[in-house]
Amino acid sequence: MPAFREFKFLALRRISQISIMLLFVSGNLLGWHVLRGNLSTSKVLNSVPLTDPFAVLQIFAARHLISGEALVGALIIVLFFGLIAGRSFCSWVCPLNMVTDLANWLRKKTGLDASDNGPVISRKTRYWVIVTSLAVSLATGLAAFEWISPISMLQRGIIFGMGMGWTMILAVFLFDLFVKKDGFCGHLCPLGGFYSLTTRFSLVRVRHSQEKCTLCMKCLEICPEPQVLPMLGKTSSAVVSGECTNCGRCVEVCSDNAMKFGTRFFPGENKTSIV
Amino acid sequence: MGCGDKEEKMPERRKFLFDMVRGLGAATVGGLAWTGVLDGKKVYATILRPPGAVPEQEFLATCTKCGLCVEACPFKVLLLAKSGDERPVGTPYFQMRENPCRMCRDIPCTVSCPTGALSPLLVSNSDEQGRARLNVNLTKIGLAVIDRETCIAYWGIQCDACYRACPLIDKAITVEYTKNERTGKHAMLAPVVHSKHCTGCGICEHACVTKKASIFVLPRELAMGESSDRYIRGWDNADEERMQGLSDETTTKTPRSEKSPLDYLNKGDL
Repeated sequence: MPAFREFKFLALRRISQISIMLLFVSGNLLGWHVLRGNLSTSKVLNSVPLTDPFAVLQIFAARHLISGEALVGALIIVLFFGLIAGRSFCSWVCPLNMVTDLANWLRKKTGLDASDNGPVISRKTRYWVIVTSLAVSLATGLAAFEWISPISMLQRGIIFGMGMGWTMILAVFLFDLFVKKDGFCGHLCPLGGFYSLTTRFSLVRVRHSQEKCTLCMKCLEICPEPQVLPMLGKTSSAVVSGECTNCGRCVEVCSDNAMKFGTRFFPGENKTSIV
Repeated sequence: MGCGDKEEKMPERRKFLFDMVRGLGAATVGGLAWTGVLDGKKVYATILRPPGAVPEQEFLATCTKCGLCVEACPFKVLLLAKSGDERPVGTPYFQMRENPCRMCRDIPCTVSCPTGALSPLLVSNSDEQGRARLNVNLTKIGLAVIDRETCIAYWGIQCDACYRACPLIDKAITVEYTKNERTGKHAMLAPVVHSKHCTGCGICEHACVTKKASIFVLPRELAMGESSDRYIRGWDNADEERMQGLSDETTTKTPRSEKSPLDYLNKGDL
């Protein structure tokens, strides 16, 4: 049994992901007003609108306008993740993350991981998927990704009933398990790509301390986006790539205290750490 | 290619170009398949949308599938299409035969829409001060259509289930009294729907006593024709207004229309 500090962020993330879903479910089934709607568009306490900004972008690409309320909701989300929280939507909110993390965990347990990381798929593919979804939105007049998104299928399925939506989710699970490590979230998902692009300058960052690092590479092994850690053992700096999901796995597994949550500013070491 | 330091640079630039072309190619392949999949989403002609829905193509684009309208429905009538329901996934719809719209005066479904896919303005008229006021009777979910071949009232059997159930009784559905020619001594009490008032709420469809409803709601585009500009009800002053601004240029082009109508009648080669 590993010590609690080795999975405290993991536990917090699961609590965050599950309670957000439960609040949505209670909004639908019990009429609670804390959080209603779903991850596409929702209302907090019947007043504050929240909207998926990538969905709004696609609606614009489909040559349609959307209400001011929905725009305000999208702006709130963009500002929150873009200025403060980074790409944490993917690891702290999105329920599909639990599915792909399960696939990843099974890869490790079964040794699928050791043999092969799967076919070469560029991590930049997600940006091509963004371009494609906007082009398809333009061509069809529909918000393209919203019609096929496994994230939508899963979260709407949890809140309103799954129907045949599980096939898409199973497909993502099997893809991540058998075809490609971190295949969906780390390579294909345009929503993750959207947040990568819009959170490059966000405040909350993992910070690396070169002095403390013993180059054990545990963080690199556990990281779902290992390309964001080029500074390991070389320089003390913040993880500045927008592709980092702020999941905090690296912080947990580091036995040298060389990874900490902090901010992108104030290069001074531990005094700026917020955890 | 080239010489000297150019050779050093080329592979990188070339790799970048290759990557772009490959990405573009893959994106095109994926995009075409994707477009094909989405194209099939557009043709669900019989779906019934909540009150105040904007035209279907616009609705499909602007509805973010959040389900807030479904949550707002106090009678749990509105459904959110699940994958496999053979309807555009995640969008709201009615199943009138099972559970019709109850015509809430405050129209909570329409009001709850955060994106404008359901517009309160489409179900409002203005009061004396010129402010928009919700009026659920302006709802146009669809139009009730009667199958006269299976409706037992049209057989001569007395049934007025739909008429009695209609929330706009004597406006949206009236009963026409005619003589039953078959028996010679009975009356026929036949329901008739009036599109001007029918909201498409589906309460008639729910109330219909036949095995499969003989009165049922269809989207208006599906249920209604459209009169042409050239036929005017001359006995109706309001209808005469439709003639205003019409061009008198004929648009019908057939071999016959090239001849003068007079020739055509006088030459005898009909």
